[in-house]
Amino acid sequence: MLEFARWKYILVAVVMVVATIFALPNVFGEDAALQVARKDRAAIADESRKSVEEYLRGQGVSFSRSYVDQGRLMLHFDAVPAQLKARDLVNENFKADYVTALSFASRAPDWLRKIGLRPMPLGLDLRGGLYLLYQVDIGGAVDQLLEVYEQDARRTLSQQNIPFSDVIRVTEGSERPNGLRVLLPAGADVGQVRGVLRRLWPDLTITSFQASSGPIVQLVLTAAQIKERQDYAISQNLTTLRNRVNELGVSEPVVQRQGLDRIAVQLPGVQNSAEVKDLLGKVATLEFRLVDTQNNVSEAVQRGRAPFGSKLYETRDGLPTLLKRDIIVTGDQLVDATTAATEQGPGVSVRLDASGGEEMLRATRTNLGKPMAVVFIEQRREEIEVAGEKVQRTIKEEKVINTATIQGVFSTNFQITGLGVNEARDLALLLRAGALAAPLFVIEERVVGPGLGKENIEKGTTALLIGMALLFVFMLVYYRTFGIVANIVLLANVILLAALLTVFKAALSLPGIAGIVLTVGMAVDANVLIYERIREEIRNGVTPQTAIAKGFEKAFSAIADSNITTLIAGIVLWALGTGAIRGFAVVLSLGIATSMFTSLLGSRALLTLMYGGARRPAKLSI
Amino acid sequence: MELFKSNSKIAFMGSRKLWYAVSTILFVVSLVALFTRGLNLGVDFTGGVTVEAKFPGEAQPEVLRRGLEAAGFDDVQVQNFGSSRDVAIRLPPPEGKSADQVRSNIESVLRQVDANVVVSRLDVVGPQVGAELRNSAVISLIATLVLIFIYVFLRFHAWQLSLGAIVAAIHDPVIVLGFFALTGIVFDLSVVAALLAVIGYSLNDTVVVFDRIRERFEANKRMQPAEVLNQSVNQTLSRTIMTSLTTLIVVVVLLLLGGPVLQGFSAALVVGILIGTYSSIYIASAVALDAGLTAESLFPTRKKLAIDDMP
Repeated sequence: MLEFARWKYILVAVVMVVATIFALPNVFGEDAALQVARKDRAAIADESRKSVEEYLRGQGVSFSRSYVDQGRLMLHFDAVPAQLKARDLVNENFKADYVTALSFASRAPDWLRKIGLRPMPLGLDLRGGLYLLYQVDIGGAVDQLLEVYEQDARRTLSQQNIPFSDVIRVTEGSERPNGLRVLLPAGADVGQVRGVLRRLWPDLTITSFQASSGPIVQLVLTAAQIKERQDYAISQNLTTLRNRVNELGVSEPVVQRQGLDRIAVQLPGVQNSAEVKDLLGKVATLEFRLVDTQNNVSEAVQRGRAPFGSKLYETRDGLPTLLKRDIIVTGDQLVDATTAATEQGPGVSVRLDASGGEEMLRATRTNLGKPMAVVFIEQRREEIEVAGEKVQRTIKEEKVINTATIQGVFSTNFQITGLGVNEARDLALLLRAGALAAPLFVIEERVVGPGLGKENIEKGTTALLIGMALLFVFMLVYYRTFGIVANIVLLANVILLAALLTVFKAALSLPGIAGIVLTVGMAVDANVLIYERIREEIRNGVTPQTAIAKGFEKAFSAIADSNITTLIAGIVLWALGTGAIRGFAVVLSLGIATSMFTSLLGSRALLTLMYGGARRPAKLSI
Repeated sequence: MELFKSNSKIAFMGSRKLWYAVSTILFVVSLVALFTRGLNLGVDFTGGVTVEAKFPGEAQPEVLRRGLEAAGFDDVQVQNFGSSRDVAIRLPPPEGKSADQVRSNIESVLRQVDANVVVSRLDVVGPQVGAELRNSAVISLIATLVLIFIYVFLRFHAWQLSLGAIVAAIHDPVIVLGFFALTGIVFDLSVVAALLAVIGYSLNDTVVVFDRIRERFEANKRMQPAEVLNQSVNQTLSRTIMTSLTTLIVVVVLLLLGGPVLQGFSAALVVGILIGTYSSIYIASAVALDAGLTAESLFPTRKKLAIDDMP
């Protein structure tokens, strides 16, 4: 009659217990907190933690909790003034070693954090912050590649004493330049030029034809090669932005690719967009140059100019250095850079592309034992006023970030040694991050003030609580005992939904909260379908137990059908939506799944417990 | 407690001409409003700047508007937002100005009016992004409709039912759009999300009625189609109204308490749920009936013959 398999009871019980634990971190609220991270991104050790704590205590700033989380020291405070004071103190006293970020941290007990459970992250509209959508100029990335090819072609042909009239960029079946043409004088040896170019770029398609001026050798990038270059530019830019965002000391930043050529950056708590955009939008490249050891640096500084064939640079610490004018390799030729343990201690493994490798081979063979420098070049957009008009101009900053002795002959793969552990990691990051960045520009910007975020959370939560309270009363009055069951099931549904959102780490936005509220209203639907069926069955004169069993049975197809239509809408929204709308779609779709589970299994379990087996009630309170 | 008598026998099918007329009027008014007045598209779709600011005292939208125009902004819209102390300022996409310049210009105008103003939100959407969001909104609406049509076709083998569901699925969002065109409530991305939820929701009701129609036809193949449909709508009436009520309760709470950001979203849901419930009761089944739905269309002849052939 009215039965429910034991394994289903167990399933429901286990799911609800697990869900409750997962949802638990969300109920404790947040403390004002200060996040302290080491500048070199190494984990904070116990001693450094103690020194910060003791210093703060000595200054009379009390914190309620402190722990190291993901390598960063988190300090909780009872009030914002203490938090601000602590930040100022740490910034002042530990300026050289640490970066701080104001944040909010969950009050959840340590054991929840230790098993990896954290409250669901809040979207920017709920916590305040800056959202930037960058457009990556991927066309620019291809232009830069062509420029390198053009220079290579000119240099190689000159080195081999092959006469040519010009090397120009061409646009072949595309909107932007996508290839090169080498214009040769009449009667030139086309085969020889093709051979040279093929050795230079084995991957490129090389064609040749006759023009009135003479033969022309042409190479055009394939669509796949352009795509590869663009993907490379975007992933490089992503890394660059991530690293730069880390340097901002913002807690829980998000940097992600969006679509083909966009990068979205979310910076919780940040209000000053101008400063941040300036820092993030810098364009940077690298160059490897030989150090000029024949001339005296201080002499050059005194004279105010470098000797012929050399150029005066500064290191990051402001020390002058003389470098040779000829570039060995540029960052565009860098494929990868990783930290490596070498016999001489920590270092950076660098991998160059084929042409870069060739250049490096030549340079190291003739300069063994001499120092080589890595120059970091940064381009920044700056706005200046020229005759009353605001004009954007680009500023170039060049700094020597590392000088090392050439220990052996090498080409595509080599190591830079003589670095500290953290220095090596930073250099690898800089090399990777700064190696290439196609220009970026902001196409969407949203700033939400912290006050508005708080207000949004309050409004959303109030609406959810009052909506649920009204529903509870309504269901209780309308379905009596069964209404209580429906309410328990509804509560279970909210817990389950919260647990799923917590596990998926889906950022909760205001539309997300609205989605939860809507889901709560709609989740009742499954129960209503079942209860109305049960009422109908009772009117048809069957026993209460049969009525319950039949109610579930007959309502099933309607529940499944009706949820699928909403699910379709949810999935489309998810697929095509962005940001907060996606949050709504996730909540809506998950809410449908959880409501099916709780109403079909949860409420069945409860009702069978109440009315099933040998109980055989004569009447149902429905 | 019961809202409806368990044996309600309202003649839904009998009065369908009247409801067709009502729906036609609503639909035409909506279309006319959409084409003449158009939607008050938010910056999500047009590109441009939105600033929300909070004043310590009463805000003066008119003073602000004049101040902004004097500062060289064209087409400035300033209105109260949520309370008399809050204002929302909308500007078309800035040409030749960076977001920061716009921001500092607007802030300085606001400060002149009141030094203690707080800018609580600032959105700058490039025209290109706006156009894309507009496209993806249209695509998502169409995609949802198409997918739901496919689902309805697969689910109810009778094309008459599919037609009824599709008419309702187009009817409801168009009227919600008409409502937005008439009231001039800002139409932004979140309203599109609500609109899709409405399409799914309205079909949800319709599908439950159709489920019952199939069940009734199966139980009694000889009954007049009009009577079967009437019975089905009546039998599911309690559930249809109940579910709409529970959802309406929370959505109205959201409209009243959710704050100005969610106003458009909640309004779309309230109107959508009302219209969706109405169309599930009065329109969807009636269309199926007029399209010639019979037991035959749901359970083709082979089965029927088998029953007839029984001795």
